[in-house]
Amino acid sequence: MQQVTKPCDPAPSRWSYRFQRLMLTPFFRLLLRVGVPFCFAFGMVTAYFGNEERQEKIVLAVADMRHQIETRPEFMVELLAIEGASESVEEDIREIFPFDFPTSSFDIDIAHVHEMISGLPAVRAADVRIRKGGTMVVTVSERVPVAVWRTWDELTLVDAEGFSVAELEARADRADLPVIAGEGADADVPGAMAILEAAAPLGARVLGLVRMGERRWDLVLDKDQRILLPEEGAVRALERVLVLNQTQDMLARDLTVVDMRLAGRPTVRMNEPAAQTWWRVRQSMTGIKQE
Amino acid sequence: MIELYDSQRAMRNMRKAAIQRGVVAVLDVGTSKIACLVLRFDGTERLSDYDGVGALAGQAGFRVIGAATTRSRGVRFGEISAMQETERAIRTALKAAQKMAQIRVDHVIACFSGALPRSYGLAGQVELESPMVTEQDVSRVLSACDVPDYGAGFDGGREVLHAQPVNFALDHRSGLGDPRGQIGQTLATDMHMVTVDAVAVQNLAHCVKRCDLELAGLASSAYVSGISALVEDEQELGAACIDFGGGSTGVSIFMKKHMIYTDSVRMGGDHVTSDISMGLQVPKSVAERIKTFYGGVVATGMDDREMIEIGGETGDWEHDRRNVSRAEVIGIMRPRVEEILEEVKTTLDGAGFNCLPSQQIVLTGGASQIPGLDGLASRILGQQVRLGRPLRVHGLPQAATGPSFASAVGMCLFAANPQDEWWDFEIPTDRYPARSLRRAVKWFKDNW
Repeated sequence: MQQVTKPCDPAPSRWSYRFQRLMLTPFFRLLLRVGVPFCFAFGMVTAYFGNEERQEKIVLAVADMRHQIETRPEFMVELLAIEGASESVEEDIREIFPFDFPTSSFDIDIAHVHEMISGLPAVRAADVRIRKGGTMVVTVSERVPVAVWRTWDELTLVDAEGFSVAELEARADRADLPVIAGEGADADVPGAMAILEAAAPLGARVLGLVRMGERRWDLVLDKDQRILLPEEGAVRALERVLVLNQTQDMLARDLTVVDMRLAGRPTVRMNEPAAQTWWRVRQSMTGIKQE
Repeated sequence: MIELYDSQRAMRNMRKAAIQRGVVAVLDVGTSKIACLVLRFDGTERLSDYDGVGALAGQAGFRVIGAATTRSRGVRFGEISAMQETERAIRTALKAAQKMAQIRVDHVIACFSGALPRSYGLAGQVELESPMVTEQDVSRVLSACDVPDYGAGFDGGREVLHAQPVNFALDHRSGLGDPRGQIGQTLATDMHMVTVDAVAVQNLAHCVKRCDLELAGLASSAYVSGISALVEDEQELGAACIDFGGGSTGVSIFMKKHMIYTDSVRMGGDHVTSDISMGLQVPKSVAERIKTFYGGVVATGMDDREMIEIGGETGDWEHDRRNVSRAEVIGIMRPRVEEILEEVKTTLDGAGFNCLPSQQIVLTGGASQIPGLDGLASRILGQQVRLGRPLRVHGLPQAATGPSFASAVGMCLFAANPQDEWWDFEIPTDRYPARSLRRAVKWFKDNW
């Protein structure tokens, strides 16, 4: 029997040969192994999420879940505890605190709260944290006023660094603090404090300090007396005055101004009658006849 | 002369690139089978820059990762006669080899046995410009070889397949392997050149191109089977390798590790088969089967009693039930084998093989598996005859270790350790095109 059909050609056709070579190409294999699944998955996901309704649903579901977790009792803050603050400061803090309790700790922006509390004039430093059990603890260290700063229209309490702490109704409210005055007086509160410390021997005679020209201090005493201090070495100059006062009882005399601005030439301005008297005495001492 | 080698140079560059990439295919286009091996170079061994044979006979650098054989189609006498058919056969072999290797091959080195190879011995001589032999001097002496008119330059002409310098001589000191750096005045060289029919080369190149591959090298099958079948001392002392193929029988003579002569006899195993087919009135396939199972060249008394059923499909009972004795088959085969061997003998005599110090003859190729061939060959060719099998290379499947794969295995060695050919040397300066930088440098050197 002869075979009716032609025996099939063992050789691969040109296209099957090329296809096999293509499948053996490393880059193409990589493309098939990685690229096709990636594109397929990407396409599926894109098609699924292309629908607006589905997107909305998913966003809602996620938001809902998030809300559920956030409002769990473990994450709720119910109390604001303030430590280390005086009553007025505490009131201020409670007033500016932007959240209503109870609220979730996810919603509270602690950095923002910290910034706000630190921004209060009476607060030097604040420490804000949420303690276990739903308590928000604010530890505050207040500014301590060291002086009363009198300006044209108001009285202000300033601390050692010159920050104004609070306003004052009347000077008598804080009679224990010294007064400083003048424009720019708050810029050199430490210097003022040093001068006032040095002026302690004068006791109650010191009324306060006046900042002159935003660069130097005048020490104002009662009986309209002033000690003009230099810009540099004010304490030293004051000490010199005090020594003079001790030895010669200078300030008890009838003078208005002790000018220490030039260290080499301390000057004293006397009152009018005293000056008259002084001239007369000198004339009599030199023997000039009174006319 | 130089322009002729541009394609060879291009192929050599392509081979370098392929080896750099690590994968190259070896294709043996034979008359009866097409074998394809896929080699992977792991780069463990540098491919040049050393003399002699490297570790593991120079095979440490590569491994066979794919091997396939298919029945050849459209090839006669080792030349492509039907391109479409051959292209399909090459495709079959390559596909199977690529599948086994699991890698895509882009470069292929091919060999073929036919196309009337012709050997030429060339000699050249130059005076050295400087006392020391430089690379340029070597190039110059190679260019100075007087090339015979081998029929190049026209369509259907011939093309140079191999051009290997086999010997350098410097002032009566001959036998130098590498003259560079030596002191002398006159440099002479002997070169062995093999030319083949250009048409056959073009056909093969076209077939390979049709398979989407780049041809990265060409070799003569007689040469590469000599590389794989001859052992080192045979190559050194002088030996002839006779590659009994299907359609043609290649002869190559080696001496001092260089091929010094090659030729082919346009007869082979297929002619034996067709003799049987004609003598017994059977189809080619049956004749081939009878040849491989019962063939031989020396008949004994036992063979008279061994009856072979021929079989047939004509429907004629008498015709389909014929028996022949094995002695008859041998009687048909022997004259043809003798004829082939006589032709080989003529070729060897013409080449002056009997002047060589050692006259070892190695039979290899598929048809060398005929039982008793070595005995017959030693009666015709000379006493020192042995059957050769190709070297073992890494990863070669057991099925591809037989003598019929001598040229395929030889191609592997050829790919891994190519011999220096003419086109591997520098182009001599005076052959450079005008306006070349190198030429300008030479002018400065000469004038200052």
